[in-house]
Amino acid sequence: MPPLARRNLLHDKVRLAVTLTGIVFAVVLIVVELGLFVGFTVTTSSIIDKSNVDLWIVSRRTPYIEQGNAFSERKFYQVLGTAGVASAEKYIVHWAQWKTPQGAQESVQVVGFNTHTRLGGPWNLVAGRLEDLRTPDAIIMDELYKEKLGVTRIGDICELAGRRARVVGFTRGIRSFTTSPYVFTDFKNAQAYTGLPEDQTYFILVRAKPGTDLPALARMLESRVSDVDVLPTAKFSSMTRFYWMFTTGAGVAVLIAAVLGFIVGVVVVAQTIYATTMDHIREYGTLKAMGAANSYIYRVVITQAGISSVVGYVLGMFVSIFIVRASASGGAAILLPWQMAVVIFFLTLLMCVIAAIVSINKVTNIDPAMVFKA
Amino acid sequence: MSTQISIRQVKKFFQEGARGVPVLHGIDLDVGAGEVVLIMGPSGSGKTTLLSIMGCILRATSGSVRIAGREVATLPERELPAVRLQHIGFIFQGFNLFPTLTVGENVELSLDLKGVPTARAKEEARRLLEQVDLADKCDSFPADLSGGQKQRVAVARALAGSPSLILADEPTAALDSHSGRNVMRILQNLAHAQNKAVVVVTHDNRVLEFGDRIVRMEDGRIVSTTVAQGFQTPPPLPAIGEWQSA
Repeated sequence: MPPLARRNLLHDKVRLAVTLTGIVFAVVLIVVELGLFVGFTVTTSSIIDKSNVDLWIVSRRTPYIEQGNAFSERKFYQVLGTAGVASAEKYIVHWAQWKTPQGAQESVQVVGFNTHTRLGGPWNLVAGRLEDLRTPDAIIMDELYKEKLGVTRIGDICELAGRRARVVGFTRGIRSFTTSPYVFTDFKNAQAYTGLPEDQTYFILVRAKPGTDLPALARMLESRVSDVDVLPTAKFSSMTRFYWMFTTGAGVAVLIAAVLGFIVGVVVVAQTIYATTMDHIREYGTLKAMGAANSYIYRVVITQAGISSVVGYVLGMFVSIFIVRASASGGAAILLPWQMAVVIFFLTLLMCVIAAIVSINKVTNIDPAMVFKA
Repeated sequence: MSTQISIRQVKKFFQEGARGVPVLHGIDLDVGAGEVVLIMGPSGSGKTTLLSIMGCILRATSGSVRIAGREVATLPERELPAVRLQHIGFIFQGFNLFPTLTVGENVELSLDLKGVPTARAKEEARRLLEQVDLADKCDSFPADLSGGQKQRVAVARALAGSPSLILADEPTAALDSHSGRNVMRILQNLAHAQNKAVVVVTHDNRVLEFGDRIVRMEDGRIVSTTVAQGFQTPPPLPAIGEWQSA
């Protein structure tokens, strides 16, 4: 096939630039919004997803991790005594008040875990050692929140829930969706920081023995331990994600923005492809008069849309990757996993094909007799 | 001489509001292979409408249109493009070349529509351009050609795929007399040397000498048919006069 679509597209360079700008704008908007959605989603449940355990035991009807209620540690011993349980750990995630050296108050989430087994502990440690948390006032926080919490280096002393807190390490990239940074500490310290009585815990983390039927173990634990829900890690993770992304509306907002990006893209591309089609309407009439089937002409219009979408996608991705990298050091992560890049490629193609439909409708209705009008 | 297109009692009405306005009143016309037929007449006489019906672009309100022996007046709309593609080559007053394609690609496009593979289409396009003496312009764009050259490219394009019927709408109207005669000479050669049936709608009296038959229309009717001296008309329609060179 002679390169009619490509040549028609390149013929008017200003219009091509407008088309590509529209597509790039749409691609970037979709990447940013979907990337924020993915980033938010991952962030909301990262503590659960990285816990490296099989089951979470939570007080009954706990909808998400930040809403945990304290219960007696007697249940912990009931869990330990259940067949199929390889290990279990008490675990705390709870709000507390942080006071910076400058005197400002910030809300944080204290994460208390067993520093010997390290289940539910921090990851991506870039400064300090986990063992250093075993001293009474030691905490580890993420370097992203240094400024927010008034911390500059290891050894800094701050105030957490009215008690002394000494920074012994930093992680990288452990964000908090709630904007209250996670502060990791030993379980005993966490009890003190959150005011939790010594015989209580907020969660129990369970690792099953290899080969154990997890649903069966969960049912058994629920029957043995009263007033708790026993949730597989993936389920508790999805409950937490669902709460933050959909019940609060935060996720819906970014998804709507992504859809708006798609619609803006369709409108901009439809306008420019339609204008290009109208510029060449007589040529399409000639094609029809010569005997071209409608499908041949559709192919020309769709090829134009396809070329626009591929070029626009590549340019849009360049801009997006720059934004995604810039966001790595910010409070809100924009993630771009390769699967999302593939999905956005097909979304861009779809956007351009939808945009071409208006033009296709126009050329379908061309009267080939127009060619006899000089 | 075999008849390539045969028209019987073709009538055409255009709808104007509630009433139908008659444009053609029962036209009978046969065009044979190897013949150049000029259709002449004043504006509004129905020549272009007749050409559009011959080209399966417009449908007759009633009557019969047979192309290469096949009745096309009753074919469903969706089958008409294939008839045009297979049997008819078009030449337009405004050339209607694709400005973003090279001269060669313009001709290739016509072959591509007919399903000719790319490599063969390239060879064939060059051969057709040689026929109209434009092989050296194969890689030029239409904007770089004169009007006469553009029309010769249009002729080459019309010949792509070797249709038996060439329909030309005012092919010399936008050309100077030298270029116009040149184009008409090519069309005449196509008819006489390649046995094509060529129908030319024209206002241009300068091209009369190239017609084997001149059909004059007025008010949607054929009012006279003039046959060039020594030319044998196709069997069904008798000659009604002898054409004298202007």
